[in-house]
Amino acid sequence: MGAFVVLLIIVGAVAVIAIGMYNTLVTLRNRCDNGWSQIDVQLRRRYDLIPNLVETVKGYAKHEREVFEKVTQARAAAAGAQGVKAQAEADNMLTGALKSLFAVAEAYPDLKANQNFLMLQEELAGTESKVAYARQFYNDTVMKFNMRQQVFPSSVIANMFGFKPREYFQIEEEVAKGPVKVQF
Amino acid sequence: MYEQISRNKWKSAALVVFFVAFIFLLTWFFEQLTGWGRGGLVLAVAVAMGMAAVGYYSSDKIVLTISRARPVTKDEFPYLYNVVEGLAIAAGVPAPKCYVIEDTAPNAFAAGRKPETASICVTTGLLEKLDRAELEGVVAHEMSHIKNYDVRLQTVVVVMAGVVALLSDWMLRSFFWGGGGRRRGRGRSGSGAAGGVLVLVGLGLALLSPLIATVIQLAVSRKREFLADASGAMLTRYPAGLASALRKISADTEPLEAANKATAHLYIVNPLRNLKGGGGGLNRLFSTHPPIAERIAALEKM
Repeated sequence: MGAFVVLLIIVGAVAVIAIGMYNTLVTLRNRCDNGWSQIDVQLRRRYDLIPNLVETVKGYAKHEREVFEKVTQARAAAAGAQGVKAQAEADNMLTGALKSLFAVAEAYPDLKANQNFLMLQEELAGTESKVAYARQFYNDTVMKFNMRQQVFPSSVIANMFGFKPREYFQIEEEVAKGPVKVQF
Repeated sequence: MYEQISRNKWKSAALVVFFVAFIFLLTWFFEQLTGWGRGGLVLAVAVAMGMAAVGYYSSDKIVLTISRARPVTKDEFPYLYNVVEGLAIAAGVPAPKCYVIEDTAPNAFAAGRKPETASICVTTGLLEKLDRAELEGVVAHEMSHIKNYDVRLQTVVVVMAGVVALLSDWMLRSFFWGGGGRRRGRGRSGSGAAGGVLVLVGLGLALLSPLIATVIQLAVSRKREFLADASGAMLTRYPAGLASALRKISADTEPLEAANKATAHLYIVNPLRNLKGGGGGLNRLFSTHPPIAERIAALEKM
């Protein structure tokens, strides 16, 4: 009788701990998904800002058609990119195109004083840093999630219920750090 | 960085544990010396918690009001909003509300007992004098206070300090009134030399304990500043930004009019620092913030 009660308590305690571990894993998986969609939200926001920006600059610098086309094309490519690597490359192209757009804007003092233009510039800068922070948060969460799946004893639970490690959002070093060519 | 954060957490936890132990010690003397028994502790905790509850639920509104902070919209301060929203994403908390104090002295604080209802308040001077990387460092520091539930911890510590103050106050009163409490107490602990020593120690403790409680409370406050610096640097991944911001803020000599003794501990850099003398031993023991030089050194080591 006494041994049975002890056994029951041990089994109960193990079950409670196992449930706790399972719940932690599920929470972290959801947080990974949430982090991933946060990156998407910020990227969309960036794409949405660009047509407005192009229109505003067009109002002051009509004949810089080449730059506008480059930005518009790069935006379309980035919005339609599939897969992490293609996305990173397309985003890099877009960043380069935007840089040449802002370089063009330098030559038009009226444009630089335009309230709407300044607003859009700030919004774009803010959104770009939000994209970076969203990626950072995603990677931090993935690290926690993957670590939980690797360390004992929660690795046992992870194996039992088929949790899979997530991939980090890595921007290819050469692509991200390569020089951005600005052509006029 | 990671070790620094966990070390800070441990130290804060240790301080709270020490505080609880201290309260138990005090209660033991209280039991010995007065006739109130454990009821005294229960009563002291109840009174202190009642006082703290009011502060806990409305502290953010009170603090924002007496600091003359005004809520601002994204259209007014897009720059501030973008920085705050970005760091909220990095910290994984909902974006806090933004408040601004019209004052040229650069400073900032966070209020609110949980991330969902938190606010971040900066002065207009801070927005003017810092560049983007520095502002991000400051906002990341405040975001860490929010994320780490520092307001909650501070409230717990303040309640405990209040309990200690009440207990010692009551102990002293029962001494001076020399009522039945002491006689009953002596009856329990035995008479003679042992009882006399006990009374003396108890009296000393009653006199000293509010002071000790304040010192602990301030120590917790300083620990949380270090922790917020470290985890803020984790958010931006750029400790140099916050370090440079701290240097700029502390080098600024303009006084912040809206700050006073009651709100000074909330700010990222003590706004009353210009009124005080150097960082001597005693000054240090009673300050709400660690010395700026030490904070910058810690950031530069990361």
